[in-house]
Amino acid sequence: MSSQAHDLQGGAGWRAWLLSASPVSRRQARLGRSYIAWLSFQSNHLAMLGLGIVLALILVAILAPLIAPYHPNAQILTDRLQYFSWAHPFGTDELGRDIFSRIIYGSRLTLYIVILVAIIAAPLGLLVGTSAGYLGGWVDKVLMRITDIFLAFPKLVLALALVSALGPGIENAIIAIAITSWPPYARIARAETLTIRNSDFISAVRLQGAGRMRIIWSHIMPLCTSSLIVRVTLDMAGIILIAAGLGFLGLGAQPPLPEWGAMISAGRRVLLDQWWVATVPGIAIFVVSLGFNLLGDGLRDVLDPKSGGQG
Amino acid sequence: MTNQTDHLPRAGTGFRSLSLPPPLRIVLDLVTTLLLTFLGLLLVTFIIGRVVPIDPVLAIVGDRAPGHVVERVREELGLNRPLYEQFAIYVWNVLQGDLGNSVLTANPVLEDIKRVFPATLELATVATLFGVLLGVPMGVMAGVYAGRWPDQVIRVVGLLGYSIPVFWLGLMGLLLFYARLDWVPGPGRLDFFYDDLVDPVTGVLLIDSAMAGEWDVFWNASSHIVLPASILGVLSLAYISRMTRSFMLEQLSQEYITTARVKGMKEWRVIWVHALGNVWVPLVTVIALSYANLLEGSVLTEIVFAWPGLGYYLTQSLLKADMNAVLGATMVVGAVFIGINLLSDLLYKLLDPRAR
Repeated sequence: MSSQAHDLQGGAGWRAWLLSASPVSRRQARLGRSYIAWLSFQSNHLAMLGLGIVLALILVAILAPLIAPYHPNAQILTDRLQYFSWAHPFGTDELGRDIFSRIIYGSRLTLYIVILVAIIAAPLGLLVGTSAGYLGGWVDKVLMRITDIFLAFPKLVLALALVSALGPGIENAIIAIAITSWPPYARIARAETLTIRNSDFISAVRLQGAGRMRIIWSHIMPLCTSSLIVRVTLDMAGIILIAAGLGFLGLGAQPPLPEWGAMISAGRRVLLDQWWVATVPGIAIFVVSLGFNLLGDGLRDVLDPKSGGQG
Repeated sequence: MTNQTDHLPRAGTGFRSLSLPPPLRIVLDLVTTLLLTFLGLLLVTFIIGRVVPIDPVLAIVGDRAPGHVVERVREELGLNRPLYEQFAIYVWNVLQGDLGNSVLTANPVLEDIKRVFPATLELATVATLFGVLLGVPMGVMAGVYAGRWPDQVIRVVGLLGYSIPVFWLGLMGLLLFYARLDWVPGPGRLDFFYDDLVDPVTGVLLIDSAMAGEWDVFWNASSHIVLPASILGVLSLAYISRMTRSFMLEQLSQEYITTARVKGMKEWRVIWVHALGNVWVPLVTVIALSYANLLEGSVLTEIVFAWPGLGYYLTQSLLKADMNAVLGATMVVGAVFIGINLLSDLLYKLLDPRAR
């Protein structure tokens, strides 16, 4: 570690500034804390592997047109169901489409689903949880009862019922998954709010005349975000698996979209003879959800050492 | 006040003002939760039934029917009444076991569910057995060797279990063990030859065939369930081993363990009898929860293995837009889920005196 510091011109100075025991500004303290968290995260090899996988997913999704040798929907019917070759690294599917290119473009769909679900479900849970925790009384009772009802539902089955009502399609699948995902976030946000609401700084803000919504919005919500981020990251793997399951059942992304679950479903028909058509997309799903699981595990150990099983 | 707190060393929620003996209070508390949650469940399925883009009236009469026919059918279905009345009727019907008729099979939905549910139960039970028999010893080993290589290996195995799409694992299992190695029979519950040899009594083939003494059928059914159950069991294996590990760590740091060791007790006895003995109580909750999760996980596994259970029924109805069947199946899965969750809660509180 010391060699790293010596390599960089002035690197040691930065390190000292970041690790200073008596920071002079708020920014220095905050950056210093993140740096320490990063150092401990870095020492966890599995978590770094997870981070690598997730970053690779993002890169692949952004650079898809540059990486993929073919258009994901380009059909070459004379080249149907081919085995691995230089021209088609992962072979071709039943319509002669290049599986490698479809996997590459499929990363965009996976990322799209995961991000949209997180963007819908996390703020919803945050809003419900912080309102319930801060306002208390009957608001708390009603909101938490609703949360418990949604928690009582098995996720996949509720998502299935919702998609069947809304109609199949990637947008509806996202809505259905988001509706099944927010309750744990509400629980976490409420628990955090309960520990914060009676602290002195909230009383001080209240005495300055801040309204309830202002307190919840700008003083309580920001403090709930870090535990929420960990939970969302840990849930991403589950979201990917449910989305793939919906795709597999034909209720998620519709053809010809190169969604990995739907690709497995198509490959199922030729499983016994052309095994790779179903196998390769499954490996992609597996690697990506493993990446999110490893990353989430590592983040939990760093940000919330209480509850982590540190191996 | 002191009188009451004597009874209640740890105040629970609700019913604190009534001075009931603790076990009764717990049961009463749970029953209230159960009823409210069940009502919520019905409300959700009711709302989902209302947002369907297909108008149920037009589905029956067709879109060229004259206006007065549409009105009459709407009235017959009760769809002209206010929503809260419709909901009340819906709840009343469900309580009487009327989930409507399936469009696909033309049977009452409840009949259909009664027919297919045992298959799911059988699959989930065998899978849970698999998960417990492998997961508990793995968790114990991981706890005992915390931080060393057995722990790392078991942790990675658990993470793999959380990350693998179960339907894909099922396909891969079929490809390898059925198509290539020919170790197990293909999809389905029985070979074609054995169909209808045993009268369904419980609907659980393993029990029915054993009771009838049809051992051929029993062995055939067993060979069919091995692969889907072990693949489904991977899900609960990951969860159970992880929880067992953390419970074991908690127990192993207790003083009674040190005492047992100081007394000169054999190490295997300390671990597998004393520590594990105390782990069973919280573990019962975990196993029950994983059982409930398997009922859900079986949806995708059943599709892959053409297993004629509730999940298979649910998805087949889904693809045919048979809403009564979909909502009925969803409700039943939800109700079983709620029931198991509460049961595990109750068991925990009754088994562990500290939780009262």
